[in-house]
Amino acid sequence: MRKVAVIGAGMTKFRHRMLETGRELSFEASRAALDSARMDIKNVDSVVLGSAPDAFDGLHMKGEYLLDGAGGSGKPYTRVYVGGGTGVFIPAAAWWHVASGVSDVVLAVGEEKMSPLQPHPQYAFWSIFDQFLERPLGVTLLWIFSLEMRRYMSVYGIKEEDIALVAVKNKGNAMDHPSAQLPMRITVDDVMKSEPICTPVKRLDVSPTSDGAAALVLASEDVARKYTDDPVWITGVGWNVDTTFWTNRDLCYPEYVEKAAMMAYKMAGISNPRKEIDFAEVYDPFDYKELHHMEGLQLAKRGEAPKMTREGITQRDGDLPINPSGGLLGVGNPIAAAGVMKVAELFWQLRGEAGRRQVKKPVHRGLAQAWGDLMQVGTVVIMER
Amino acid sequence: MGRSHAGRNRGDYGEVMGMENPSEPQGTALTPDEWRGKEIFFRNFHTKFTYSWDTGVAIGHFLEALKAGKIVGRSCSGCNRVLVPPRMFCELCFRPTDDWIDVLDTGVVNTFSISYVNNDASRREQPLFVAVINIDGASPGMGFLHLLGEVDAEQIHVGMKVRAKWKPAHERTGAITDISYFKPSEEL
Repeated sequence: MRKVAVIGAGMTKFRHRMLETGRELSFEASRAALDSARMDIKNVDSVVLGSAPDAFDGLHMKGEYLLDGAGGSGKPYTRVYVGGGTGVFIPAAAWWHVASGVSDVVLAVGEEKMSPLQPHPQYAFWSIFDQFLERPLGVTLLWIFSLEMRRYMSVYGIKEEDIALVAVKNKGNAMDHPSAQLPMRITVDDVMKSEPICTPVKRLDVSPTSDGAAALVLASEDVARKYTDDPVWITGVGWNVDTTFWTNRDLCYPEYVEKAAMMAYKMAGISNPRKEIDFAEVYDPFDYKELHHMEGLQLAKRGEAPKMTREGITQRDGDLPINPSGGLLGVGNPIAAAGVMKVAELFWQLRGEAGRRQVKKPVHRGLAQAWGDLMQVGTVVIMER
Repeated sequence: MGRSHAGRNRGDYGEVMGMENPSEPQGTALTPDEWRGKEIFFRNFHTKFTYSWDTGVAIGHFLEALKAGKIVGRSCSGCNRVLVPPRMFCELCFRPTDDWIDVLDTGVVNTFSISYVNNDASRREQPLFVAVINIDGASPGMGFLHLLGEVDAEQIHVGMKVRAKWKPAHERTGAITDISYFKPSEEL
């Protein structure tokens, strides 16, 4: 396999509702990524785009709708989709284009425009559930998060207050992100007193719905060295999907995230992730998910991620900064774009270009992870400089 | 309503190192007043699709059993599991499952939530109690999503023993809702 570098990244603002169409947002993010790589579209061999359910837009063939904005017209072009895991799967799919030798330069684009669906984008998720066993009960996506959060709390004896610390940290970190939708200084008390949605999930435990796009430029080693003296390398990718019968799995622990991480760690030659990963962008659509995923990623022992959070280890100036970007809770959650934003944050942090968000300790190796479908997929990318 | 590309000068890449990224992210946020007040152009569209799904071999039989007032699973002699919900193949052994097994209409609450929202995110007048219920007689950890009833919110707990509350036989249609909800099976 060939070495694969990331040489550019860009993103739009993330907002609840934006004027630009998905196609226009894709263009803005793609153009910003190409500009930062000092490249033009003619340098790009192929394009990988990801976007989550078509139902948000009411446009079938959304990949084709977005094609021109993502720079894909007239090129080998692929849309990838694994629900919420899509954003980190996009660079993994772009990676195999370059690693295999099929392409030298790949533009990787994540786009989401959730706002068109009325009265609320949540409604689209109704159609992901089993049509015989689950939909007749009036199921919503929020149920499965609340059921998983309760199971996690119950098995490991975790308090809601400890989980709320994640929302406080990430929304606070987002104060320093120029694209952020929900930067906030809040307290654990604010989270605890926010409106209950599906217990134990409360309003401030949840990321917002968003419009936005983000993009990366991946290149082979010889091309990367022509454009930069100091490339950032993708050294590991992993993905894994568990059974769709989610009521047959113990929701207290994401085994599929562990398997995806192990695939990536093996590729990157990592045997002790807690010591060898310097910082991570962990998928945080809900505050408990950051903790749940840290454990799946072997960055914390089972049930101990809350303790690490309480001790400040996961703060930007801590020993293992988690979500220095502000994450989905703070920057926003345009689903596929949010995952690409996490990989872009690795790129910027590793190059020392994160400005006020730059983590305190020197960083050489970072991990980004996303999660999704029916609580069943883990996607992981490891980057090094 | 258009917008020029604010200040982007292609070809002038500037100094990359040391900057704060993302720099000058693009995108125009709309305020609720702007999009509700029709200050920009919109096109509205409403569609309705109608589907008629075959219930299939495994779930079709499961629903037929619910209509008869019982819960059934499928056994796999490869991994010795009793699968609920049933399937005609085992996803672990990747072989056909073997036999229909009658399981019980009792179980244990694996996890639960009190839902204050509908599936369009609107608020409910009355909260709904939802749970994953591990079914007795199925392999450990095997169960399905359903509702809880005849219980107060503060009484619900993980590990609570429950029993199906069936609809009267003449009201059953061969649907998951032939069970109205699960209710506590022991004194709380």
